[in-house]
Amino acid sequence: MPKRVGMEVSIGASEAVRLANVDAIAAYPITPQTHIVEHLSEFVANGELDAEFIPVESEHSAMSVCCGTSAAGARTFTCTSSQGLALMSEIVFIASAMQLPIVMILANRSLSGPLSIWNDHTDVMLVRDCGWIQAFGENGQEIFDLTLCAFKIAEDHRVLLPFMVNMDGFILSHVIEPIEILDQETVDSFLPVYNPLYRLDPDNPVTMGAFAMPDLYTETKKAQDERLKASLPVIEEIWEEYGKLTGRTYHPVETYKAEGAKTLFVTMGSFGETASTAVDAMREDGEPVGLCKIRLWRPFPFQAFHEAVKGVETLIVIDRATSYGGPGGPVAAEIRSALYTLDTPPKVVDFIAGLAGRDVAPGDYKAMYHRAQEKIASGDIAGYEIYGVRD
Amino acid sequence: MTWKDLNVGCVITEAGNAAEYKSGDWRSMRPVWDKERCIQCGVCYIFCPDAAIYKTEDNYFEADLYYCKGCGICVKECVTGAIRLVEEEE
Repeated sequence: MPKRVGMEVSIGASEAVRLANVDAIAAYPITPQTHIVEHLSEFVANGELDAEFIPVESEHSAMSVCCGTSAAGARTFTCTSSQGLALMSEIVFIASAMQLPIVMILANRSLSGPLSIWNDHTDVMLVRDCGWIQAFGENGQEIFDLTLCAFKIAEDHRVLLPFMVNMDGFILSHVIEPIEILDQETVDSFLPVYNPLYRLDPDNPVTMGAFAMPDLYTETKKAQDERLKASLPVIEEIWEEYGKLTGRTYHPVETYKAEGAKTLFVTMGSFGETASTAVDAMREDGEPVGLCKIRLWRPFPFQAFHEAVKGVETLIVIDRATSYGGPGGPVAAEIRSALYTLDTPPKVVDFIAGLAGRDVAPGDYKAMYHRAQEKIASGDIAGYEIYGVRD
Repeated sequence: MTWKDLNVGCVITEAGNAAEYKSGDWRSMRPVWDKERCIQCGVCYIFCPDAAIYKTEDNYFEADLYYCKGCGICVKECVTGAIRLVEEEE
């Protein structure tokens, strides 16, 4: 029977990796991801996890090692944050092009400068177009569940792509929550042993990572794009299967109290929890608001998103990264683009909020809701507003 | 080749197929040997970075023009100055 235990979310995440019985872990510690790496190294040192734990001198090496172990046919895990992701980013793009089913937890943190260790989504937006599957978890249980599912999805022969589980730094990584940890037997029934399609094998040599001349590169990119888009139904299928096993079913886009709502907040990651609380309070005050949570960022679930916002008048997007000099935060820019082909698209008001760990409390959602009404009334909804900045 | 013909991850399942690549296409100058000067020492054979020089039946050396890029290292290394580069005219 599954146990529900109070634990730090980072510990819960490492439990998922242990239960997935990974073969290889290569990671470099960086705040706020450190507890995951530390805990996994303890598992390996204590003999609780039969895996190669490869300590490396940098994140660039971590992802390079992960490409090697994954290419050799090993179930491979790594995790990082912020500057670590920036340093490994060169290899992050190569992992997806080579279709290596590496699973990575990204403990989301702002990028320097100024130096900050706190949480926002600047790091993940740096690699938005890296070709990995990218999903966001809202709480500890979701991080545990998404991590287990990530291995099954990444390694499915219809997918074979690396998978990034985004987990808000500190807000999730360092918080103690009740998490239901599955037993090994249940995990084994869900997650089969990794069966690589191709692997490095001296007896059956193949070439991985060959270069491509201009007359072939375009075709490789088309293949990669189609592959990522085609992963969407498999992701949904495996999340459904996990739901039958555990009672917790995940969807690419999820809504909360969206029925009858004229305005929806749009969030990714842990902000969904606070936004739900804010929506509850505002609904009690009679405001027709709800919440739309984007769980799957890549491949972007256009159809599910269109269905989720059907009939809604206004979307208030909470962005957690800045596209300097651009059209808005990356999420709002994406959403405006996704709505462009609709005949009567909802209005989009974009707030950049919660940068580098600045709190966004339920009252702030209420304030953004009223500010959005003002902006719509004045006809000024172009671009974006950095919420709460001291003028 | 269309995008649908590519293997997952662009893996190449046929080993050693780099040998099919005609690096000789890069060449603008071609090495030619003067048998009067050649002492059959094989320095050109050893120094060729593409292993594109082979030994002929009469123990002299020639470039395999499928692979020879015309880099001129053999010319530079030849002990007796028996190799020179000539313009490719085709």
